[in-house]
Amino acid sequence: MALLEVQHLRKSFDEHEVLKDISFSVEKGEVIVIVGPSGCGKSTLLRCINGLESIQGGTILLDDEVISNRTKDMHLIRQKVGMVFQSYDLFPHMNVLNNILLGPLKAQKRNRAKVEKEALEWLERVGLPDKAHSYPRQLSGGQKQRVAIVRALCMHPEVMLFDEVTAALDPEMVREVLDVLMNLAEDGKTMLIVTHHMEFARAVADKVIFLDSGLIVEETTPAQFFNHPASERGRKFLQNFTFEIRKK
Amino acid sequence: MDFTFIKQVIPLYTEAAWLTMHIALIGILLSLIVGLICALILYYRIPVLRTITSCYIELSRNTPLLIQLFFLYFALPNVGIKLSGVQCCIIGLTFLGGSYMEETFRSALDTVGKVQIESGQCIGLTRAQIMRYIVLPQAVSVSIPGFCANVMFLIKETSVFSIVAVADLMYVAKDLIGLYYKTDEALLLLALSYFILLLPVSMLASYAERRLRYAQFGNT
Repeated sequence: MALLEVQHLRKSFDEHEVLKDISFSVEKGEVIVIVGPSGCGKSTLLRCINGLESIQGGTILLDDEVISNRTKDMHLIRQKVGMVFQSYDLFPHMNVLNNILLGPLKAQKRNRAKVEKEALEWLERVGLPDKAHSYPRQLSGGQKQRVAIVRALCMHPEVMLFDEVTAALDPEMVREVLDVLMNLAEDGKTMLIVTHHMEFARAVADKVIFLDSGLIVEETTPAQFFNHPASERGRKFLQNFTFEIRKK
Repeated sequence: MDFTFIKQVIPLYTEAAWLTMHIALIGILLSLIVGLICALILYYRIPVLRTITSCYIELSRNTPLLIQLFFLYFALPNVGIKLSGVQCCIIGLTFLGGSYMEETFRSALDTVGKVQIESGQCIGLTRAQIMRYIVLPQAVSVSIPGFCANVMFLIKETSVFSIVAVADLMYVAKDLIGLYYKTDEALLLLALSYFILLLPVSMLASYAERRLRYAQFGNT
């Protein structure tokens, strides 16, 4: 039985249909990387899964429970679906620790001492043991993004969604964030990752989904997709990431 | 300059200053509440209430306090509502201040970006919790300079209270000029009184600004 199931998902903004009949499933512990050109609907897909966007057709199931288009208790569903954005939006008026504790304490009403201990352990693990009392403005982009990941993890979500979490970072900072994701994958976290780092995708993914113009063009293993893409669209897309040597 | 005269009338000014501050304080507190409620109504786009609020704001901002007080004091008795001068002043100040406060608060609420709200949603907070823990604290620190400007503006607006026979600072000064013809002394004391009232307020404002904005903006 799949942990997360997306069935015939359709999403449109007014007339414009962004996602056309998307179906796939995610097993517990699986890491799925979604790739595709800009504007193909990758981010929208993630936003639909945790209910930031309403959907026009199909269903999304988490643990066999319908989670799409719910209105009343969507905040309870979102506690099970963690999400990290490209723009690492920490709350600027709170220090790092309070940023992390807000959800567990206020939304989940968990015990403060326990959550705090967990938060500090996580900060240690992502290499920020001394930043618990810093404010977001005092951190670099990569550090902020790692805090944002810890903030999502401390909610104990069943599945984590990462929406181009390194797109706004300098190259050196990209590495430190991707290392954290690698680490989580080794831990057996269930994750859906949207990224433009193909080498990283190849290394971390159990399954790659190639999305183009709102449709799943390919859904296969990373080895298959990166070495022998089945579709012409896939081949063209991958060519964007390689360069031929022109000068001798 | 007649210093014995000044010495004699200082108690009158002190008394008037207390009354002025008393009315101003109540009026400002009520404006704060009215402003906050109106700002939230407009922020959440609550139907019907939103239209009423917009009408109130236009009416309040586009008429002078003087005229509003005239209306309260002289027109309302004709329909059987009799208010004391002080009551009129409190209501008038609140009516005027509410809309100014609303504009300050609403623009501050709008500065908190959509992604902040989505981040709050993603950690499973309810709408009310997002407002309380994420939007309001940030909006408050943004609104402090505007809020303080409003407070000082409203304190200065109290100078029209004398027209509804409330013995505020202006009233005392005009009274003394009329009785003793000591224009220079009376006006000097008047200006000085307002200055002494407002200086601590503006100092408190800068202090509050530094304290409340530290987290978000650092020591700037």
